[in-house]
Amino acid sequence: MKIEAKNVKFFYGQDQVLKDISMSIKKNTVTALIGPSGCGKSTFLRLFNRMNDLIEGARLEGEILIDGVDIYNKNINVNELRKTIGMVFQKPNPFPKTIYENVAYGLKVNGVSDKNIIEESVEQSLKQAALWEEVKDKLKKSAFALSGGQQQRLCIARALAVKPSILLMDEPASALDPISSIKIEELIYQLKSSYTILIVTHNMQQASRTSDKTAFFYMGELVEFDDTRTLFTNPKKERTQNYITGRFG
Amino acid sequence: MKEKIIEKLLLFCALLTIFTTLGIIAVLLIQSFNFFKEVSFFDFVTDTEWTPLFSNKRYGILPLLSGTLLTTLIAVLVAVPIGLIIAIYLSEYAPKKVRSILKPSLEILAAVPTVVYGYFALVYVTPFLQSIFPSLSGFNSLSPGLMMGIMILPLVSSLSEDALYAVPKFLKEGSFALGATRFQTAWKVMVPAAFSGIAVSVILAISRAIGETMIVAIAAGQQPRLTFNPFVPVETATTYIVQVSSGDVPHDSIEYRTIFAVGMSLFVITLILNNISFWLKRKYQATYS
Ligand SMILES: Nc1ncnc2c1ncn2[C@@H]1O[C@H](COP(=O)(O)OP(=O)(O)OP(=O)(O)O)[C@@H](O)[C@H]1O
Ligand SMILES: [Mg+2]
Repeated sequence: MKIEAKNVKFFYGQDQVLKDISMSIKKNTVTALIGPSGCGKSTFLRLFNRMNDLIEGARLEGEILIDGVDIYNKNINVNELRKTIGMVFQKPNPFPKTIYENVAYGLKVNGVSDKNIIEESVEQSLKQAALWEEVKDKLKKSAFALSGGQQQRLCIARALAVKPSILLMDEPASALDPISSIKIEELIYQLKSSYTILIVTHNMQQASRTSDKTAFFYMGELVEFDDTRTLFTNPKKERTQNYITGRFG
Repeated sequence: MKEKIIEKLLLFCALLTIFTTLGIIAVLLIQSFNFFKEVSFFDFVTDTEWTPLFSNKRYGILPLLSGTLLTTLIAVLVAVPIGLIIAIYLSEYAPKKVRSILKPSLEILAAVPTVVYGYFALVYVTPFLQSIFPSLSGFNSLSPGLMMGIMILPLVSSLSEDALYAVPKFLKEGSFALGATRFQTAWKVMVPAAFSGIAVSVILAISRAIGETMIVAIAAGQQPRLTFNPFVPVETATTYIVQVSSGDVPHDSIEYRTIFAVGMSLFVITLILNNISFWLKRKYQATYS
């Protein structure tokens, strides 16, 4: 057992956006989070690397456990925690630095200064993110010179460089063209063997193609959580049925 | 009918400002041209003495420029680090409440009449500094430079803070998500991302310091001197212009025309700075859209 949410409730000020969610996720699986806009998918995802800590007035009830440890425990070092959990955002967000520096950033802020180690890790991460061949001759160029799809793979490489065990992806392909989007999907498929992946997506095909398990959220509630194939072919709840067949949402 | 009159009136106002500016530039150009008929341009930019009001007339702008440069440099050395630290604190650390109080309070600093800063420099800061550095003259560039730094501080802090605040949130989150601390995020991601805005704020502050007249006229002295010693009296370009235009120099004399040549030099410097900031803005604007 790797990741567990126990009776999670989440509030932005007075607004409760997550209502008593419990869910457990196994190691080295891909879990898709689906549901209509505003149902709380991103909020839920961002609980696992404590990204919501940055929001003033937000409040969590319940527990998030990773390998049995409550990550909201007082003794947890948030920076250390975030090192073990990579995140990829909806819009590619490379830093205003070179391609090389973007990937090296995570290592450097975590105190790695050995040039050889960094260089090796940059190359390895870029290879893992299927970007190495395209950028190996222009590592010193600005990351903004890359296309959107390349930028997103760079952001994945950047996350992989710090060797996380969990990857959180919030609609990683929604801002990309279909071909780049497929590339990201293939990448997710390859990364699965060594990472536990949570991915938010609005794209049903993408969810069914990439994930082992799918969780359907609706208005802050976890309506259904099951094997992806079961959920898409034989959903138990009518709401899920309506959503995946496109009758609402 | 009424609409038409209003429209004409507005147009008239717009044209008036344009013509005023053009008029000023024309006067500057013509008078400088007349000046350079009598003084060689080469002497003007290379001579190290500025004594147009003495019997042994020398027309080297360098001493005035060094006075301006020195006071400006001191001001910038004060305003840029402190201003940047304040900007980072306000945008990255301060709770919303603190920010909403601190930012306007800082901007008040810019609203203090500069004559107040000038007298403060002369009457309080210089004597205080003299108690630390006995060799400090009564007029010097250190004390007005420091005061000028405080005057332009809000310009740097406020505009830099705006620039930092405008950096997209997802960039900051990207850094935190990799385990970076707040300080690492601010310093290694936010500041570079806001670089053009910060640079523009610094350039604006420099322009403001170069053009500042009152503080230096009061506290820096009126002795043109090619030096980078902050302890001795100097004269800035602006102070010289005040000195001559408020004195009794005949209007159609070479002495009088010197102020246009000096004014022209200031104008050119500020124009260059303006262009740099414009170019910086354009160059870095398209980055996040
Ligand atoms: N920073 C915030 N402050 C206040 N309310 C917020 C904040 N972020 C999100 N919300 C609200 O919380 C609810 C859930 O938002 P969330 O972003 O988690 O939804 P989502 O399922 O990811 O939607 P989408 O598919 O559009 O990304 C929404 O009603 C949203 O308006
Ligand atoms: Mg979302």
